[in-house]
Amino acid sequence: MSDTNSELEDEVSTNAKGYMAGLGLAILLTLASFGLARTHLVWGPGMPVLLAVLAIAQMGIHLVFFMHVNASEEGENTALALGFGIFIVFLVVFGSLVIMNNLSGFMPTMDQLMKMQR
Amino acid sequence: MSGGANTAVLDAHGRPIPLSERGPASTWSMISFGFWLFLLSDIVIFASLFATYAVLSNATAGGPAGHDIFELKGVFIETCCLLASSFSCGLMLIAARRRQLQRFYVWAVVTWVLGAAFISLEVSEFSDLVAKGFGPSHSAFLSAFFTLVGTHGCHVSSGLLWLLVMMTQVATLGLRTTVVRRLFCFSLFWHALDLVWIGVFTIVYLGSLHV
Repeated sequence: MSDTNSELEDEVSTNAKGYMAGLGLAILLTLASFGLARTHLVWGPGMPVLLAVLAIAQMGIHLVFFMHVNASEEGENTALALGFGIFIVFLVVFGSLVIMNNLSGFMPTMDQLMKMQR
Repeated sequence: MSGGANTAVLDAHGRPIPLSERGPASTWSMISFGFWLFLLSDIVIFASLFATYAVLSNATAGGPAGHDIFELKGVFIETCCLLASSFSCGLMLIAARRRQLQRFYVWAVVTWVLGAAFISLEVSEFSDLVAKGFGPSHSAFLSAFFTLVGTHGCHVSSGLLWLLVMMTQVATLGLRTTVVRRLFCFSLFWHALDLVWIGVFTIVYLGSLHV
């Protein structure tokens, strides 16, 4: 019992500083994305890119400060699994978008459909 | 374990032993790694729902588009609730690890109340939309929206249930090692839900302004 207990205490540092830093950075990034999305400070087509960058940055902050993905040996296992997870996520999301865009490019327009029916 | 790469484990000849040759991992590592794998599979589910939403977000069938029906003020408050709840969940875990019972209860209740506030805001948003006639059956866009955001809401609701169970376990079993391990898994789950919510508010709500 005492053995596992000490292991438990050592596992991750038990102070609140990391969480405070994470909270501060996350609040900044949230405010930035909500604030900028409503204004026209940024060139229109660039806005989705900016929002994506802010979101990915905030996800990184959550992973490092709240979920403790780090360079320790424990973190190595989780980081490897996380890398595979991110790979699958990109395959699913971008794969679907590319395929569905391509398909809708092949779809006849309403005019063409009407002509085909005649 | 705390120092990670700095504290290499040495064999009889003073050579570092690779991680793969150190025998079975501790219960703690196995549980946290296994729970990570569960979370990643959950994130893959959300990825497919995000892909569905992205593909269908313009299929409004003559009905309203995102920027016609979303109210960003409510979404911002929801985001704040979830972020604050994620933070208090971290403080709850620290209290549990230090075996500070009172603090644990305070932060657990704060976490629960903030999560419940998030869910009640989401439920009122959904019921408003349905009352206006923009339910999930109205268009493919709304089906995808309700599925994606609703699945996240279901996860948060089950997290609230889980937290209630954990508070009961702490009350009956005390902060023993197994209970603290379960609390650790809960905190990972709760942070992962906040992670998914970042994607939701960026892609669904803020993205609707710039289509």
